[in-house]
Amino acid sequence: MAQIDSEKYAVATQLQLTWWRFRRHRLAMVSMVLVLLFYLLAVFADFLATTDPHATDARTSYIAPQPIHLFDDDGSFRPHVSGIKGVRDMRTFKLVYTVDPSRKVYIDFFGRGYSYNLFGLFETDRHLMTLKNPERGDGIFIMGTDLLGRDLWSRLMVATRVSLTIGLVGVTISLFLGVLLGGVSAVYGGLVDTVIQRIIEVVRSMPTIPLWLGLAAALPNDWSVLQIYFAITIIISLLAWTDLARVVRGKFLALKEEDFVMAAELAGASQGRIIFRHMLPSFASHIIAAVSLALPAMIISETSLSFLGLGLRPPAISWGILLQDAQNIQTLALAPWLLLSAIPVVVVILAFNFLGDGLRDAADPYG
Amino acid sequence: MIAFITRRLLLGVLTVWLISVLSFVIIQLPPGDFVDAYIAQLSASGSQVSAAEADSLRHLYGLGEPFYVQYGKWLARIITGDFGESMEWRRPVTEVIGDRIWLTLLLSFAALLLTWSLALPIGIFSAVRQYSFADYAFTLIGFIGIAVPNFLLALVIMYFSFVWFGTSVGGLFSAEMTLAPWSLAKVWDLMKHLPLPALILALGGTAQLIRIMRANLLDELRRPYVVTARAKGLSETRVIVKYPVRAALNPFASNIAYLFPYLVSGSIIVSIVLGLPTVGPLLVKALVAQDMFLAGTIVLLLGVMTVVGTFISDLVLMWVDPRIRHQMD
Repeated sequence: MAQIDSEKYAVATQLQLTWWRFRRHRLAMVSMVLVLLFYLLAVFADFLATTDPHATDARTSYIAPQPIHLFDDDGSFRPHVSGIKGVRDMRTFKLVYTVDPSRKVYIDFFGRGYSYNLFGLFETDRHLMTLKNPERGDGIFIMGTDLLGRDLWSRLMVATRVSLTIGLVGVTISLFLGVLLGGVSAVYGGLVDTVIQRIIEVVRSMPTIPLWLGLAAALPNDWSVLQIYFAITIIISLLAWTDLARVVRGKFLALKEEDFVMAAELAGASQGRIIFRHMLPSFASHIIAAVSLALPAMIISETSLSFLGLGLRPPAISWGILLQDAQNIQTLALAPWLLLSAIPVVVVILAFNFLGDGLRDAADPYG
Repeated sequence: MIAFITRRLLLGVLTVWLISVLSFVIIQLPPGDFVDAYIAQLSASGSQVSAAEADSLRHLYGLGEPFYVQYGKWLARIITGDFGESMEWRRPVTEVIGDRIWLTLLLSFAALLLTWSLALPIGIFSAVRQYSFADYAFTLIGFIGIAVPNFLLALVIMYFSFVWFGTSVGGLFSAEMTLAPWSLAKVWDLMKHLPLPALILALGGTAQLIRIMRANLLDELRRPYVVTARAKGLSETRVIVKYPVRAALNPFASNIAYLFPYLVSGSIIVSIVLGLPTVGPLLVKALVAQDMFLAGTIVLLLGVMTVVGTFISDLVLMWVDPRIRHQMD
C-alpha cells in the first residue's frame, strides 16, 4: 500500500499533490463544499425563488418570516403555509398581520410561477415551490417581506447570484492584470520592475472606498443594469490587482533560480515554453489560493458600494442593495428580519477565507 | 536611513500627486461642464447669473481648455488654500468640511492605536499558548473580524444596543454637546464616545494582524536560538519578549503601512452607518448630489491624510525596529 502510494506520489503532477494535501484540511474541505453549494444556488436562483423578486404588493408590506408547516392536521405530509390577513389599525394606520391557521394554502412542488431564463438559454416558469390556489397577498414568506411587499427569500436568491458573480468577474479582471504586470515585472526586471513595483505601492497606499465612491458616482444614470454591473466590477478590480501581482512576481523570481528552469534553459527551450510549460504549472496552485483570498474582498467591496447607494442600483438586486434597506435603526426596529440577508454574506466570506487558507497551505505540497 | 526616509517621502509625494489627478478626474467626470450645472442650480433656487459672470467663472476654472491646463489652474488654487465652493451648501468647501476632517483623522488614528495595542499582546499570547482555549477563542474572534465587513458589524451592534438598551449608539457627541463650542467638557464627551466606533473600525485589521503575529512568532519560537536562551536559564518572559517577539515584528511592520489607508477607507462607511460627524456622510451626500468640488476635495484630503499617516507610521517603525534602520543604509 505504502509502496503504491509513494509511486503515485513520485509521478503526480503539482496540482494533484496540492489536491491530496488539501483534502486533509477538513475545515477547508467543508468550506469548499459550502462555496460550491452557494454557486449552485446562484445558478438555480430563479428556480429556488418562490415569487417574482421584483413584484411589489402594498398588502404584503413588512410581513414577518412565516414558517412552512410540513404536516397536515391528520399527520399526512402536505406542506402548507397559513393564510395571512392584514388589518389596518385605525389609530396608527399601520397594517397589522394576523395568521389565520384555519386557512391553509398548500405548497406545490415544481409548480408554475413567474417565467425566467434558466442558464440564459431556455425559458421556463417552473419553481421549486409555489402555492396552490393562492389568494391575493398569500405567499411563502420564509424570510418575511420588505417595505414594498417583495419576498425577501426570492430576492436573496437572485442577490446571491449577482453578488457572487460580480466577485468572479472582478477577480478574473484582477487576475489578468496581476499576472500580466507581476509577470512582466519579474521577467524583465530592471527599470520596468521598479516602475511597476512603485505603482503597486502607490495603489496600495490609497484609501480605496473614497476613490471607488467617486468613480462609481460618475456612472451615468441612464445606463442599464448590465452596464452598471460591469462598470462597478471594473472599478473594483482596478484597485484590487496589486496583491495578485505581488504573489505572481514573488513566485516568478523564486522559480527563476530553480534548477529545473535552468535545465530547461540549457535544453534550449524558448522563453514562452519555460514560462507556460515549466514555471506556470508549479505556481498555479499559489495563484488559485491567492484568487480564493481575493474573492471575498471583492464581494465585500461590491456589497459596501451598493450598501452606500453608489454601487449597483435598484432594480438590480445584490446583497448590498438588500442590506441598504436595513440601514437605519427605525426600519430595523420595525422589521429586524431585514438583517437576515447579512448571514449569507458572512458565511460566504468566511468559507472563502478558510478555503483560501487551506489552498495556501496545500500549495506547497513538499513543504 | 536617510535614503529610506527620502525614498518614502518621494513615494508619498508621488501618491499625493496621483490622488490629486484622480480627485480632479472625479470632479470632471459628470457630463457637462460644472459651470452649467452651477448656473442651473442657482437659477433653480431663484438667483440669476449673467452671461458675463458665467464667462468669468469659466475663465477662472479654465473650462474649454485642455485637461492639463484645467488641472494646473485647479492645483494652483488649491495650493493657495482655495478649494472652490460647494454648490449644494453655497459656501466655501473648506468651511463645509470644517472639523469633520479632524474627526475623521482622530477616529482613524484611534482605531490604529487600538489595532496595535490589541493585536500585539493577543498575537503573542496566541502563539505562546498555542492550541489553548484562549487561542481558539481569539482565532474565532479573529475570523469573525475578517468575515464581517465593518459596516455590517456596526449595523448589528446598533441593532442589539437598541434592542437591549433602548438607546442608539450613534454619534461622537451627546446631543447637548453637538453644537457646543470646543471646550474641555466637549473633548471629554468625545473621548467617551470614541471607543465604540474605533473598536468597530479596528476589528477587521486587528484580526488580520493577530494572525500574522501569531504565525510569525510560531516560526520564531521553533528556532534554535530560543532553545539556547532557555538553556541559559533566562526567564520565560525574557526569552520570549527579548528575542522572538522582536524578530517576529518585522513582517508585521511592513503590513502596518497599509493598515492606515484601510482604516481611513473603513471610517467612511462606518461613519455613515453610525451617523458620525466625519467626512464620510458628507462625501456620499456630495457625490449623490454631484457637488463635485466638495467631493473631489474630500477625496484629496483623505488621500493626503492617508499618505501623511503612513509616512508617520513608517518613521515610528523605523525608530522601533533597528533592523529596518540598518537594512536601508
